[in-house]
Amino acid sequence: MLLTILRNDRGGQIMLSVLLATLIAVPLLNLLVPAGNPLHVPTYLVTLMGKYLTYALLAIAVDLVWGYLGILSLGHGAFFALGGYAMGMYLMRQIGDRGVYGNPDLPDFMVFLNWKELPWFWYGFDMFWFAMIMVILVPGVLAFLFGWLAFRSRVTGVYLSIMTQALTYALLLAFFRNEMGFGGNNGLTDFKDILGFSLQADGTRIALFIASGIAVIAGYLLCRYIINSKLGRVVVAIRDAESRTRFVGYKVENYKVWVFTVSAMLAGIAGALYVPQVGIINPGEFSPLNSIEIVIWVAIGGRATLYGAVLGAILVNYSKTVFTGLMPESWLFMLGALFVLVTLYLPQGLAGIVNQFKARRSSKQVTA
Amino acid sequence: MMKHLLTLFLFSLLSITNAQATQENDVLPTILPLLQENTVASKQQAINTIATSSDPRKAAYLQALLAGELYLHPDGTLALITNNQALDAKTTEALQLPDTEFKKITTTNNLRSQLRKALEQLNMTDPDPKVRLQAATNLLSTITPEIAQYWRQLLGTETDSKVKAALQLGLDLADLNATEKSTRLQAIQLLAGNLAPEVRKRLQPLTTDSDPDIAQAAQRSLKQINDQIKLYSYAETLFFGLSLGSVLVLAAIGLAITFGVMGVINMAHGELMMLGAYTTYFIQQLLPNFIDYSLILAIPAAFIVSGLMGILIERTVIRHLYGRPLETLLATFGISLILQQLVRTVVSPQNVPVANPSWMSGSLEINSVLSLTYNRLYIVIFCLIVFTLLFMVLRKTNLGLQVRAVSQNRAMARAMGVRSARVDALTFGLGSGIAGVAGVALSQLTNVGPNLGQSYIIDSFMVVVFGGVGNLWGTLVAGLSLGVVNKLLEPWAGAVLAKILVLIFIILFIQKRPRGLFPQKGRAAGD
Amino acid sequence: MSDGEGARFITEQKLDTSHKAILYLEDLNVSFDGFKAINNLSLYIDKGELRCIIGPNGAGKTTMMDIITGKTKPDSGQAWFGQTIDLLKMTEPEIANAGIGRKFQKPTVFESHTVAENLELAMHGNKSVWYSLKAKLTGTQQFLIDDTLRTIGLTEHYYRPAGALSHGQKQWLEIGMLLVQEPHLMLVDEPVAGMTHQEMDRTAELLVSLAGERSVVVVEHDMEFVRSIADKVTVLHQGSVLAEGSMDEVQNDPRVIEVYLGE
Repeated sequence: MLLTILRNDRGGQIMLSVLLATLIAVPLLNLLVPAGNPLHVPTYLVTLMGKYLTYALLAIAVDLVWGYLGILSLGHGAFFALGGYAMGMYLMRQIGDRGVYGNPDLPDFMVFLNWKELPWFWYGFDMFWFAMIMVILVPGVLAFLFGWLAFRSRVTGVYLSIMTQALTYALLLAFFRNEMGFGGNNGLTDFKDILGFSLQADGTRIALFIASGIAVIAGYLLCRYIINSKLGRVVVAIRDAESRTRFVGYKVENYKVWVFTVSAMLAGIAGALYVPQVGIINPGEFSPLNSIEIVIWVAIGGRATLYGAVLGAILVNYSKTVFTGLMPESWLFMLGALFVLVTLYLPQGLAGIVNQFKARRSSKQVTA
Repeated sequence: MMKHLLTLFLFSLLSITNAQATQENDVLPTILPLLQENTVASKQQAINTIATSSDPRKAAYLQALLAGELYLHPDGTLALITNNQALDAKTTEALQLPDTEFKKITTTNNLRSQLRKALEQLNMTDPDPKVRLQAATNLLSTITPEIAQYWRQLLGTETDSKVKAALQLGLDLADLNATEKSTRLQAIQLLAGNLAPEVRKRLQPLTTDSDPDIAQAAQRSLKQINDQIKLYSYAETLFFGLSLGSVLVLAAIGLAITFGVMGVINMAHGELMMLGAYTTYFIQQLLPNFIDYSLILAIPAAFIVSGLMGILIERTVIRHLYGRPLETLLATFGISLILQQLVRTVVSPQNVPVANPSWMSGSLEINSVLSLTYNRLYIVIFCLIVFTLLFMVLRKTNLGLQVRAVSQNRAMARAMGVRSARVDALTFGLGSGIAGVAGVALSQLTNVGPNLGQSYIIDSFMVVVFGGVGNLWGTLVAGLSLGVVNKLLEPWAGAVLAKILVLIFIILFIQKRPRGLFPQKGRAAGD
Repeated sequence: MSDGEGARFITEQKLDTSHKAILYLEDLNVSFDGFKAINNLSLYIDKGELRCIIGPNGAGKTTMMDIITGKTKPDSGQAWFGQTIDLLKMTEPEIANAGIGRKFQKPTVFESHTVAENLELAMHGNKSVWYSLKAKLTGTQQFLIDDTLRTIGLTEHYYRPAGALSHGQKQWLEIGMLLVQEPHLMLVDEPVAGMTHQEMDRTAELLVSLAGERSVVVVEHDMEFVRSIADKVTVLHQGSVLAEGSMDEVQNDPRVIEVYLGE
């Protein structure tokens, strides 16, 4: 099964092998190698890598719709954030009476706002399974509704991109409001534990790191399976010649909604894994800048390759960590320049360079 | 200081006429014993006496009392003392100081308000109609039968229509307290439709008057007034909406050119506005003494700065991406990040203060419930001017013709000898320049900082998309109507929710009509 | 359902051609910004017929195809597929699944897919999303693809991306896509543009062999080609039918001569 999915996907094979090795090696280097040893991986680094992995999953989700379906979504940050909020709400409820105000029924910010009872939409979030369903369902339903409206009326191209941007912008404004009941400006934070395990504990952090890695692998395989199926071929056909696809009998809008929704769900899962690792979710995650940044990860890695998205997400975010540490001023210059240079000179991304190189070599072999 | 000198001057001036003043005009002998008595009641009487007298020095007396500059000597000398200079009120001669025996004539709060009222009353005969109007308005809330009596005389000789209206209003208000029912009823009817806040204040208690006729009449008049107020508040909302809409139009119209005419998604459009706003700031820094004029100078300067930046962007980046709108979007977004960071690094990450010229402050008063602030008014006018100019450029000039030709059919235009590369650069420069001009306007309304552009870019896109791409009129109508809708929603939804609702509305609208309010027709509209 | 063979899944209505005709176009009108592209057009195609449609540029041939396939909605008029299927109420994919196939004037194939994949995508069968996710090529489908590739002469290009084909090969591939769609009615827009004489002959042969079992409507400029295949020709002019009949009848019609040779 696995082998058939990854057949003809050298990049994916390499990427997943490296990822798998990392998933095994990093916890071992953290737990078994003593702190003083140069090979020791400190816990903060494990969490940082865990964060990158959630970004990688998010990038896979964006590549699925942008690379294969041709929809440039500038709103995937919204699905990521919604998944994050669903997880955040669960973590918030887990705090119980350990908050600053010690109220066992209400999160701190509600006590602060003088609310007397839990709003209805917070019901059920004390249960892990319910929260996990919401992590997938909320982004999924939003994507479904938005997609159903947009694709049915054949909004395409830049119009659609701008609409998705407006969507995340509207959510940004909405979540900033205290009245919404999601902690307003400050968002949700001060989490204590997940499923009874302390979020500060090394073990929990490693578990979250591994969970993120597994999510990336599973997300990758799922997307690869979709792309390899006939559905995937229809999706690419839609990207290349939408109206032609209609004339051979495919209901294009159904395909688009389906893929868009699946992608949004993946983004939601990424957000849910992100929140416990960084310890906070706030409306800033909805900012249009975040969503558009995801696109550049994918663009740098290489569109329509999936593994390129993973590569791009990790590479860009690693650079971001390094450069904001070294010279914070320079990061936005670099990011801006990346946007310009990649679109101008690297339309196929890093994966494209590798493929070009390979293509040149194989054509040489043919002529030789 | 000025006031003191003025009082002194008044006294000395009046001293000349004083010599000719007849015996009975001089109020001093009457008030002196009252002041010497030194009780609140006696002082009250003294003030009344001064106010109703025809002593030419009465204004000076009242002002001096109000300022606490009138002193009394045990020997009965009344003196005006300011800045260690003393004048005898009777002889108007200078007195020797220091003289510790002079006691200040003190006033209480009540006395001071009585003094002020009396002074206002005096202003009623001021030669300047503005002063008279102000005095009448100030007196409205405390009109007494005596004042009313006096006003009736004034009404006969008053020539200024505004003052006349104010006087009439005061008389009607006074009539509300008349003893005869018919007079009161008439006054209530006459007051219907008058928007002065005083009228509402006075009519309100009458609605529960023991006399049912009066109560009913008062209710009717009050309702009429409230209806009018509601109407004017709608007008005000409309005005707020139009001014917000004008900002949106200004922000979007440059985009309408680059996006609509050229099909280029310029995510750096907001930053080109930001450059315009910073240009305003720098010009003000260069000419700190000409704040009132530098704004005018900033308009062409911002146009040039942003326009050149636009041409630079077009030549170096966008040119290579024609026909790839999504890539253009990403690249220009990168440019927007660079420009933002550039401003943060070179100028400051903080907001910079941009001054408002004096002619931008203040407001145009239509009536007592509706006044239009000048800055909003100018924005609306400015927006319309920019729109008209742009429209003329596209309709009447050679460049406009070429722009339209290229936008409709690039290949054909090129075949006809239009240098499309040059036209592209100029069009993009034009759109960017307009963005800069919009930035000048924004600098007068909002904080100028590196993030200025970001907060407008999505709104601008919404306006262009809503109006229909490639249609300047659409942009105008869309911008203005979105502004108005936003302001209409604000009272019951709050500013943020209103904005969210408008965004959702546009998102849904675009699903229904993907080509906006005014879809572009013809070949270019097809995919 | 299991083999995706033969049965048509999406349309509930069955094609009813009991009254001989398969396509009814009646009193159609379309205008774009005041320009009347189709003007009171009425046209009937019989089951199994091979009909050629000719006419000068701007006569409304492509717009007519657009109406039949659901791309353009007329301002007024009727379009029925058989007795029971109202084309004006259907979307493009619904019409395609009901059994109307179209080959475009400008060959449009799925460029990043291989030639075989292009045929797979076009092949009739269940085209719903969930079905596609699990769909596997059955033996019969594979056979159909191989068979069709032989017919269109692209067998050795099985794995080649369609984008890499020559213009003529793309034309053939599109015809192949039309074949595997197994439509009841084929609309073929300029099939021989860019083909050699040899290929033209093969195309003519193919189209003629298809007629009978299926109905075929061919729009073509090449008169020689039309003469070689047509039994009935319709001349469109300014959005309506100018003349109809055999090639000889039509060519001798004074109105047609006037239109083609100018006033």
